[in-house]
Amino acid sequence: MLLRHTPKEITERSAVTINPAKTCQPIGAMYAALGIHGCLPHSHGSQGCCAYHRSALTRHYKEPVSAATSSFTEGSSVFGGQANLLQAINNIFTVYNPEVIAVHTTCLSETIGDDLNQIFDKAYKEGTVPKGKTLIGAPTPSYVGSHVTGFSNMVKAMADLAEPTGKKNGKVNVIPGWVEPSDMEEIKRLAKLVGADITLFPDTSGVLNGPLSGEYHMFPQGGVTVAELKGCGDAIGTLALGEWCSADAARLLDTKYKVPCRILDMPFGLKATDRFIDALRIVSGTVVPDEVSYERGQLVDLISDMHQYFYHKKVALYGDPDQLIAMTEFLVSIDMCPVHLVTGTPGKRFEKRIKELTKDMPYEVNVRAKGDMFLLHQWIKNDPVDLLIGNTYGKYIARDEDIPFIRWGFPILDRQGHQYFPTVGYKGGLRFLEKVLNALLDRQDRDAPEEKFELVY
Amino acid sequence: MATAKKKLVQWEPTDIKKELLKKYPAKVARKRAKQILINEALENTTPEITANVRTIPGIITMRGCTYAGCKGVIMGPTRDIVNLVHGPIGCSFYAWLTRRNQTDAGVDGENYMTYCFSTDMQDSDIIFGGEKKLAAAIQEVYDLFHPKAITVFATCPVGLIGDDIHTVARTMKEKLGDCNVFAFSCEGYKGVSQSAGHHIANNQVFTHMVGENNEEKPGEYKINLLGEYNIGGDGFEIDRILRKCGITTISTFSGNSTYDQFASAHMADLSCVMCHRSINYVADMMETKYGIPWIKVNFIGAKSTIKSLRKIAEYFGDQKLIDRVEAVIAEEMPAVDAVREDVLPRTTGKTAMLFVGGSRAHHYQDLFAEMGMKTLSAGYEFAHRDDYEGRHVIPNLKVDADSRNIEELEVEADPERFKPRKTDAELKALEDKGFKFKEYDGIMPDMEAGSLIIDDLNQYEAEKLVELMKPDIFCAGIKEKFSIQKLGVPMKQLHSYDSGGPYAGFKGAINFYKEIDRLVNSKVWSYMKAPWQESPELSATYVWE
Repeated sequence: MLLRHTPKEITERSAVTINPAKTCQPIGAMYAALGIHGCLPHSHGSQGCCAYHRSALTRHYKEPVSAATSSFTEGSSVFGGQANLLQAINNIFTVYNPEVIAVHTTCLSETIGDDLNQIFDKAYKEGTVPKGKTLIGAPTPSYVGSHVTGFSNMVKAMADLAEPTGKKNGKVNVIPGWVEPSDMEEIKRLAKLVGADITLFPDTSGVLNGPLSGEYHMFPQGGVTVAELKGCGDAIGTLALGEWCSADAARLLDTKYKVPCRILDMPFGLKATDRFIDALRIVSGTVVPDEVSYERGQLVDLISDMHQYFYHKKVALYGDPDQLIAMTEFLVSIDMCPVHLVTGTPGKRFEKRIKELTKDMPYEVNVRAKGDMFLLHQWIKNDPVDLLIGNTYGKYIARDEDIPFIRWGFPILDRQGHQYFPTVGYKGGLRFLEKVLNALLDRQDRDAPEEKFELVY
Repeated sequence: MATAKKKLVQWEPTDIKKELLKKYPAKVARKRAKQILINEALENTTPEITANVRTIPGIITMRGCTYAGCKGVIMGPTRDIVNLVHGPIGCSFYAWLTRRNQTDAGVDGENYMTYCFSTDMQDSDIIFGGEKKLAAAIQEVYDLFHPKAITVFATCPVGLIGDDIHTVARTMKEKLGDCNVFAFSCEGYKGVSQSAGHHIANNQVFTHMVGENNEEKPGEYKINLLGEYNIGGDGFEIDRILRKCGITTISTFSGNSTYDQFASAHMADLSCVMCHRSINYVADMMETKYGIPWIKVNFIGAKSTIKSLRKIAEYFGDQKLIDRVEAVIAEEMPAVDAVREDVLPRTTGKTAMLFVGGSRAHHYQDLFAEMGMKTLSAGYEFAHRDDYEGRHVIPNLKVDADSRNIEELEVEADPERFKPRKTDAELKALEDKGFKFKEYDGIMPDMEAGSLIIDDLNQYEAEKLVELMKPDIFCAGIKEKFSIQKLGVPMKQLHSYDSGGPYAGFKGAINFYKEIDRLVNSKVWSYMKAPWQESPELSATYVWE
C-alpha cells in the first residue's frame, strides 16, 4: 500500500495539511501570463519559486515554460527587492526582448512589503522599459487563497490593461478560467461557429501545445495580444467562466469601464455548455448554427446510449472550485453520484453550491473547501466509490483502493492528451464521457468472471 | 536536424565565449565572463572559475533555492521521517514525489514519502506568527502516525517573520518523548542556490541523528555511501553490487535510507562520497568526530564502478574482499560489454553537453566516454570552485556574504567514540601506493583542453551553445528539456532521468547505453519538416499527369 498510514477513522485537524488539493498563488499567475502573446512571466522572490513553477508547468505540458526570477538573496530579503527587480527588467528586455513582462509577487516579496507599482514607476522613469513594451503586475501572496487565486489575480491585471476609447468595438470578452490550451482553442472554435467576435484572455493555445519543427521560439505565436487587451474596455460585454478564476477580472471591467458582465460556470458538460452558448449568442446578437446543435445532440445521444453505465455510480473528485462545480453538475445530469468532493481552495460558497447541485442525489454528499486529499482518502475508505477523478496525485489513492481513475485537472504529470484534446463544450463532453466509459468498462472487463465476460456493451 | 545532417562548424572556444556574452548588458557580461571558462592546462594548476555566486536577476537560471536543496535533495528520500514543511502550501506541494527518489519500505515498513505535509500558513499566521500552528501540526502528525522523527523545514516567510522553529522543535521533542523533532533553517533566499540547503541539511542530520545508535551492526567491510539519492533506482543497483561483493552498507545518505541508518552511520569504517557537492560536509564531520576516513567514489559508468569497488577493497586491504570484488567484476562485465559493443557503432563520434548538478556533469562524462562520445561542454548548476578545480582550492575560497550566513559546525573528536580506523602507518602505506583520501580533483582535469566549462548556465546560453556547436545530445533538467528539443536536439534529464534509470553500476551502464542510443538515433529528429516545407516550389509538371 502506497498510502499505508492513512487511517480509516477521521480525526479533525486544525494545523497540518496532508496531501494538499491546491498549491500556491504564483504558479496560477505564471500560467495565466503565458496566455499573453510575447509575455515573459517574472517571479519576484527567491529563485526556487520560479524553478518549481516552471518545473510543474513543464511536466504538465511537456513544453518549454520560460519565466524569470528576481533571485532574492538574504540581503534583498532584508533591504527589499527593488534593486533586483529593476535589474531583472533591464536584463530581460536586453536579452530576451519580450513584449510584456508579467510580474507576480511571492510570499517573500509580499511579507517584506515590496510595492510592484512603485518599482514599475521607477523602471519607467529610469528608461529601462523600451518604448511600446509593457509591464504588468499582480500581487500573489502564497499564504492567501490558492493557485486559483493567483490565476485570477493575474487575469485581473490583464483586464486592467483596458484602455477604453469610448467607442464599442462589437467584441465580447470571454475569460475562460484555468483550463487547458485545448479547451481555450475549443472555446474559440465554438465562438466562431456562433459568429461571436471574442477576445479570449488568457489564451495559452498555441503557447503550451506547440509543434516540434526544429525551431525554438521563446515567444510562440499564441496568446492574447496587448492590443487586444487594451480593447477589452470597448467590448460589448464580458462572459466570465468560473467564479473563482474569472469573475474578478470581469467585475473590474464592469465597474471601471462599464463593460457589462455575466459570470457563468465553466462549460464542462451539457448544461453548462448550453448556458455558455446561449449567453454568447445573446450578448453578441447572433444565431446559433445547426452545427452547434448537432454537436449537442451527439453528446445527448452518447448519454442515452450508455446511461446504464453511468446510473448511480459513485464518484469522488478533487481539484479546483470552478472545475468541480461544473463537473458535479455534469455528473449529476447523467445520473452519476458525486459523493465526495474536496478542493484545497478556500470558499464556503463552494460547499454551498455543491450541496445545491447534489441535493436530489440518493446519497448524502461529503464536500469540503480548504480540504485535502488525505481527508478525501479517508472518506473513500469509509464510503467506497466507483470512480475517482482528479490530478495525477490521485493515482496513489486509486491504486491502494483499487478504484478506476480519470486524470483531469492540474497537474497531470504522467499522461498526455490534455493539452491537445478539450473537455469543454459538447465535443469535450464527448471526450470526457469516453474517458469515463473506458475507465468503468475496462474495470468491468478486468473483474468479470469468464462466464460473464462479454463482447458487446 | 542536428543529428541527421551534421554540420560541423569549426568554432574556436574563444569565439563561442564571445558569442555567448555578446548580447548581455555590460555588467552581466563581465560577471558571466568569469563563469565561462576555456579549459586549458596551466602549469601545475587549473584555471580559476567563478562559481557559487549569486544568480543574476532576470537571467533565466536553471537553479532552485536553498529549501529545494535541503528538503528536496537531502531529506526528500528519507522514508520513515515525517518531513513537515512550515510555510505556505506551495513549497511542500512542489517537492511532493517529483524527484523520482525510489524507496523500498517492504510490505509493512514505514513510508511517508508518498505523503506531503505542510502547515499551509495563512495571512493570519504571517501577521501573528506561525509557531503555535507549527507546534499543533507536529502534535497532529504525531497523534496520527507516531513516527520516529518529525523534521521541520523553514520556507521564506518563516525567517522573515521570525518564527523560532528550533525552539518549537525542541519543546515538542521533549513533550512527545519518543519522537526526534528537529528543524532546518533552510529559507529559500539563503545562499545562492540549492547548495546552501545541502549544507544546512548536512549540519542538522549530523547534529540530530548521526551517533544516536551505538549498537554494533553485523557484517564485514562496513561503509557509508554518501550523496546517493536513489533516483530511478541508482541506489538499489549500487546496493546490489556492494552486497554481492560482501561489502556492508551501514548507511546511505539518503537514498532508500532509514532513520536508523543515519543514527548508526558512525559505526561504519569508511565513508564513500558519490556526490561531492551535496554531502562532503558530513563526510568531513564524521572523520573529525568519529575517525572515519572518506574517499571519493563514482558508480556512474562501468569503468568508474570497477575503479570505485577496487578502491574500497584496497582500503580494507583484505585479500578475500579483493578477490570477491574481482570475481563480481568478471561476472558483471560481459553483459555490460555486450551492450556497449552493440551500441558503439551508432554512438561513436557523437557529442554531448552536460549542465547539471554539482557532480553529475562530471560523473556522466565517464558513461558517454564509454560509448565513444565526446563531451563538448559541461558545467554545474550549483557547484563550488572545488568541484571544478579540485579540493586543493578550498583553503583559498573566499567566504562571501552569502556563504557566511550558512553555519559552519565546530566539530571535535568525540571523547569516547572517536576511533581511528587505520593506524598512521597503515594510512601512510596506502597513500604511498597512490591511494587518495579526502580528495576530489574536480571536473576540469578530466575534460579536454579547449572545452568550455560553464557555471550556472542559463537558458539563453544553452540555446546559443546548441545552435553554435550542435551537440548530438544535451543533458540538463526538466525546465531545459523542451526548449532544447524544440531545436531538434534530444535532451536527457540527468536530475530525474526522465522516466528511466537506474544508470549507476553495471546494470545502470547498460540502461544508459541503450537510452542514449535510443535518443541520438531516434527517427523522430528527421521529421522536423513536412515534404512541402522541404521543397516549397511548385514543380511545373505534375507527376500524376
